[in-house]
Order: sequence, then C-alpha cells, then structure tokens
Amino acid sequence: MSETGLPTTDGRRLIAAARRRDLLFAGIGLAVLFVATAVLLALVLDLVLTGAPHIDLDFLTSYPSRRASRAGILPAWVGSALVMLVTAALAIPFGIAAGLYLEEYAPRNRVTDVIEINITNLAGVPSIIYGLLALGVFVYGFRLGETILVAGMVLALLVLPVIVVATREALRSIPREVREAAFALGADKWQTVSMYLLPAARPGILTGIIVALARAIGETAPLVTIGALTFIAFLPPPPITAQPPFVSFEWLGSPFTVLPIQMFNWISRPQAAFHELAAAAGVVLLVMTLAMNGLAIYIRYRARRLLG
Amino acid sequence: MDRSFGSLLLLAPLLLPGTASGAGDTVRIDGSSTVYPITEAVAEEFQIEHRGTFRVTVGISGTGGGLRKFCRGDIDIADASRPIKASEREACAERGVTYIELPVALDALAVVVNPANDWVSCMTVEELRRIWEPAAQETVRRWNRAEPDWPDRPLRLFGPGTDSGTYDYFTAAVIGEEGASRGDFTASEDDNVLVQGVANDRGALGFFGFAYYVENRDRLKAVAIRNSETGECVEPSVENARSGRYEPLSRPLFLYVNPTALDRPAVAAFVEMFLDPGLITELVTEVGYVPLPERAYVLAREKLEARRTGTAFAGGAQVGISIEDLIAAETVD
Repeated sequence: MSETGLPTTDGRRLIAAARRRDLLFAGIGLAVLFVATAVLLALVLDLVLTGAPHIDLDFLTSYPSRRASRAGILPAWVGSALVMLVTAALAIPFGIAAGLYLEEYAPRNRVTDVIEINITNLAGVPSIIYGLLALGVFVYGFRLGETILVAGMVLALLVLPVIVVATREALRSIPREVREAAFALGADKWQTVSMYLLPAARPGILTGIIVALARAIGETAPLVTIGALTFIAFLPPPPITAQPPFVSFEWLGSPFTVLPIQMFNWISRPQAAFHELAAAAGVVLLVMTLAMNGLAIYIRYRARRLLG
Repeated sequence: MDRSFGSLLLLAPLLLPGTASGAGDTVRIDGSSTVYPITEAVAEEFQIEHRGTFRVTVGISGTGGGLRKFCRGDIDIADASRPIKASEREACAERGVTYIELPVALDALAVVVNPANDWVSCMTVEELRRIWEPAAQETVRRWNRAEPDWPDRPLRLFGPGTDSGTYDYFTAAVIGEEGASRGDFTASEDDNVLVQGVANDRGALGFFGFAYYVENRDRLKAVAIRNSETGECVEPSVENARSGRYEPLSRPLFLYVNPTALDRPAVAAFVEMFLDPGLITELVTEVGYVPLPERAYVLAREKLEARRTGTAFAGGAQVGISIEDLIAAETVD
C-alpha cells in the first residue's frame, strides 16, 4: 500500500493477473456449460422433432400393434403412472423417516456408521441387482407375482437411498439455533421435528424426491428382470369402482408394462416407423417426468413462501 | 403449474375405466425378443377376435429367461429363437413340465457388406469360417488374409452379442461349434447398431436377422451364400429361405407349448390361431420374417393334436435339416 491508499504498481499487476485468471476460468466454465446444454438441447430437440408428429389421442389411447400406424402406448403410460404411484407411496415416507431417524435420533456409534456407509453405497448399485433381489425375494419368496405392486416396491428400494441422503442433507443444513430455540421454548423432540425441522427441510427433501422419481420412471432393467411385459392389450382394474367401498386395490396385482420397455422394444425393431414411435413415447415420458417435477417444484415453492 | 391440474394429471390413470374387469382366461407368453414381433402380431389378432373373453400377455425376457419361466410352470408358452438346451430340459423334467416343440417361422441370417464393396458378392461357408473362426483372431484383419483374391483392405466385423440366439446359430452353422468365434468383432444386442456399422465402413462385414437387411437395402449389400450341395450362389430372400435353398443360414423359430395349459380354452384357441396356415403366413411376412412352407404348419397342427411332447434337438442344434423332417422327427423329453 502506498501512502495515498492506492495500490502500488506491483499490487496493480497482481490484481490484474488475478482478474485475468478469474476471467479465464469464467470463460472455460461458460464454454463447458454451453457445450453441455447444447448437447442436451440437441438430443431433446431431435427427440421432439422425430416424435411429436406421432403424438395424438389415438397414440395415447391405443394398444401396441404390429403396424406402426396403429400402435399406441395406452398400457405403457398407464403402467408407468401406476408404478410411480406405488413407488412414491413407499419411497417417500420410508425415505424421509429413515433420514430423519439417522440424522436426529440415532446414536453416533459403529452400527449407525455401518448403516450410513451402506446407504451411501446403495445409491451406486446397478439397478439390475435390485431387479434380481426383487425377483428372488418378492416374486418367488413372498409369491407376490409379476405385478405393479412388486414393480413399485423394487423401484422404491432403488431410489430410497437418494431420498434418505437428501433428507439428511436438508436436516443438516438447518442451523443448530432452530433446534435450541425450540427446546428453549419447551418443545419436546417430536414437536421440534414435526413443527420446525421438517417444514424447514421440505425444499431440500422435495428436491431429493424429484431426483429419485425422475430416476425411477426411466428404469427398465429391474422391471424386465421381475417380468414386466411388452404386449398387453388390457388395463389394470380401475382403483375406483361403482360399488361400495368404491376403492379397489386389485390393480396392484395386475400385470403391466411401462414406457421405457415399450420404447426399448420399438427402438430395436428393424422398421424405421417404429423408431419414430419410440421417440414419440420418449416425448410422453419426458412430459410425464416434467409434470411430476412441476408438481414437486410447485409444492417446494409454496413451502418456501410459507416459511418466508 | 396450477396445483389442481398437476394432481389431475397424476390421478388420470386411476379414473380411466379398465377393460380388464371380470378378468377372463389369460394366455401367458414370454421369451425371445426375436420371436416377439410374430407373437405380438398373432396376439393382436387374437385380442381383436376374443376381446372380453380371453387375454394375452407377452414378455421379452429372452429365450433363456422365457424357458426358465416355462419350466417353472409360470407361463403357458415360451418364444424361443433356438431349440431348448439340455440344462433347460433337465429343469423342465425336474418340475414335471413337458412341452410341445413347434417351429413357427424361419429367420434367414443375412451376411452383409458395405455397398461400396465391389470384391465380394458370393461367399462359401468355408470362406465365412476362415473369417469368423477363433483362430482368425488377430490374424485375419485384412480381406486378403482370408482369401488372396480379395484386396488388401482392413476387415472390420460386426455381429450380434454372444448372448443372442442369432450368434449361437451362426457359429453352429458356420464354425461348426456353438458359441465358438473370434472375439475381436463389434458386438451389439441391437441389430440397428450393426446396420449403422456396416453401412458406414467400406471394409465391413456383418451378419444379422433378415428383416434388418430388408429395411436397409439401400445402405447395405447382401452377400449370397454358395449352397454346398448345388454350388449355386443363393441370395437371402423369403423364397430362397422358404424353399430351403438358402442354407445353412436360415434357422427355425419356435414356440414351446405346455400341453397341460392346452386344456384351457384360451391357450388352445391361441395356438390354434398361431398355426392357421393362411393367417400365420400373412402375419410372419408382414413383420419381416420367413413363413414356413404351408405343409409344415399342417404337420405342426397334427403334432399339436397328437400332443407329441419333447424336442427333436436332443443332440444339439441341427443345421440344414428341412422343416418338415424336423417336425416329423423323433422327439425326446
């Protein structure tokens, strides 16, 4: 520093060099971002341009066919939606509960360490392994058959670690003072968790759920392993019936197919017309994923606003 | 997104009326993805004719996966792109599951090269073997190493993955031993990838199902195969495969039917439809495979009616046997 408080020549040079480095790094970062986005955009654009012209009401309400012009994805998208429903109903409560326990209740000892390491590693296990596990335990062990219920269960297992880890991260990021303040006001542990921690952690947990469900909806391997079908010209029984008690769970035991399997089947056909249908099914899958994420993002936005 | 709209989207499938209520008798089929297009076509027709009474489900667990389920009694019919293996026969016998073996169509394996390849139009099985045999690995990497008349160009090979029935059949027919081939070729389970590979490489040679060649005629050149008996060069085509002249690279595709399941009207009606010579010939052609000679379907029906169980392939894959002889052949459980 000179007496005037301005940087010396040496200092100026240092600052300029640091600025250049910053600029260079920002430039590289921007270039990488651009390349990544461009690739993604090109892929999505190609998919939409190929597939979109084939999407109409007939496509969404028809069963598969040997003729590309007649083929539709009704059982596939209904199957995907029902399987995701089961997955969400199982993975979300179990995942949040497990994360909550590990972060807030579990004592810090070797047993919880082992559990922690396992959960983190489970997120990296190839999905086909889950399929084999489900085939052995659920399909043959418990004799649940090759049903929507089992498909939902295997996908729930698959994405459980993602939700557990996200829940824990979200809880960990809540300042310690929130807990202390709650205790100071006389709240017991459950009151603290349910009234302060969970609402505060909700945005982070919802992000985890989005990632988890988006992964689950695109899975094929474990579902093929447990016996998901490809040709199926009927829908599962409706969950809402005309007779009391008006709700039926028969659909849980129904055979099914899902969108990624239908796409895989079409893309490996020799005829180019089926390849275009696969792209169309891909667009529908994207839209379903976006709709699911849109719902979660909306809930997250509301949660933030309530907290704010 | 408006919340009510979002939840409506999620609920939509729940509100759709199901057509499955009062579930009828279901025909359960699983197995080879090669046979799948044929089964799908028949199932589609079957569902149109019997909507509301019978139902069909078809999976694609692969020939091995399908037969595993079949021998456990989980399914009624297995689609197979190769005959049942000894280990699978044991698994079936253990559970007391018997099977009727029915050839339903032919799949010609097309040997293809790049359209710019002007030095090969007909090959003998012997030449194919020199290119594909295990000993060729690392040595036959240029065309002239297999046959001195061919140019000194790099030879790049494309073929289906070693798990596929197509690969099993090709190696049995060309090398003489199932599953024996060189390992340094580009393998893919998706035949469209092989089409791309051969179409973009002047020195390429590949093999895959006939339907994939038909759809890409403008990008590929099929190599005729010299018939070992007559010595003539035979192009892969529906007529040549059907007449048995395209040898040894046309293979039968099978249904394995559980005779106990045939007592159920749905299964009986389905197999009946599958072996209807007029309909099946049309459907098989439409999906890009080669129908059997009409007489073969009649023989297959007789075999079905007599409930003749067992396989004609107890001694392993048979190459070059006519379909009629195959159906009439002695079978072993």
